[in-house]
Amino acid sequence: MAFFFDDKGQVLMILKFITLLLLCQLAGEVFVLWSGLPVPGPVVGMALLFAGLTLRGGIPAGLGRVVDGLLSHLSLLFVPAGVGLMRHLSMLRDEWLAISLSLVLSAVLTIAVTGLVMSLLIRWTAGPSQEG
Amino acid sequence: MESHPVLGDIWVYLSASPLLHLTLTLLAYLLGDWIFRRSGKKALFNPVLTSVLVLMAILFATGTDYQTYFAGAQFVHFMLGPATVALAVPLYRNLPLIRQLWLPILLSILTGAFVSTSSVVVVAQWLGAPKQTLLSLAPKSVTAPVAMGISEKVGGLPSLTAALVVLTGVLGAVIGTAVLASVRVRDDRARGLALGVTSHGIGTARAFQINDLAGSFSALAMGLMALVSAFALPFALRWVF
Repeated sequence: MAFFFDDKGQVLMILKFITLLLLCQLAGEVFVLWSGLPVPGPVVGMALLFAGLTLRGGIPAGLGRVVDGLLSHLSLLFVPAGVGLMRHLSMLRDEWLAISLSLVLSAVLTIAVTGLVMSLLIRWTAGPSQEG
Repeated sequence: MESHPVLGDIWVYLSASPLLHLTLTLLAYLLGDWIFRRSGKKALFNPVLTSVLVLMAILFATGTDYQTYFAGAQFVHFMLGPATVALAVPLYRNLPLIRQLWLPILLSILTGAFVSTSSVVVVAQWLGAPKQTLLSLAPKSVTAPVAMGISEKVGGLPSLTAALVVLTGVLGAVIGTAVLASVRVRDDRARGLALGVTSHGIGTARAFQINDLAGSFSALAMGLMALVSAFALPFALRWVF
């Protein structure tokens, strides 16, 4: 791996960790194609990277910085997909009641139930409560 | 005279190259982020929502179709894959928190994943939504890159799922703390977890406004929700439909 290092170490370090992320994703995609499992390739890539970090017992400082940079504006990456809504406007016009009502009811129910279950289980396992 | 391109010719050239729509996407996001910060980071002024609306208005006004737009925007879209892989890092950072409360976290997330998916599918089916809409709705609480992958695998519309994910995220971030207060959930770990399970990254941004503890649990919930849903949802949906 010596070819990654020279006197311009900073840029190469970023390149190296971006390559690592792409390699994990590539391995994930190959695994999904090979196994036929109905799981997105990048998720397998995430599991691979997580396993790698656990084996290594820590996060390389450069990887932390690359990932924080990538995730700090995670919302930007959703924009092209969000604009894709324009392809479904006629469908949304026909089904707006079913979609909006199910989204609102489901959000209220999920927040309430998950919050209640978690706070009850924390109390049940007798951890000290941390209220704010 | 004729050798000089007129404005119309420049437009024809630019609108056919990926540069224009890539630049517009970044400009719209910067505008959305600026409005969000100016509003005091109010969840309603979510930068994704603003930039999507601005871009759709521009595309409609110029009569540009989505395919032409996506030829430029795909370079941003592509980064969703590496970003999903990158989620392993915050997940690993939160490992001490997971170890401490692993059973409550695991049971709460499994419950949340079940409630989120089953409630949205049951209500939408009851109101007459067709199968493809139901499959697109099912992963709406999962972070967008993973939700789109699930939607594609099970036969939904990934682009519709992405939009529903963004809507769910904004919805949960806006009403989340009020709902939690009304059911008297006051533990910050539980509040953060509930926001992350329901509203993924947008809920996590909201949870970090409560405090760091709520934010960490929300980030953890988002990552585990993605992992659990990616492995369980395709099998569950295949079994139900």
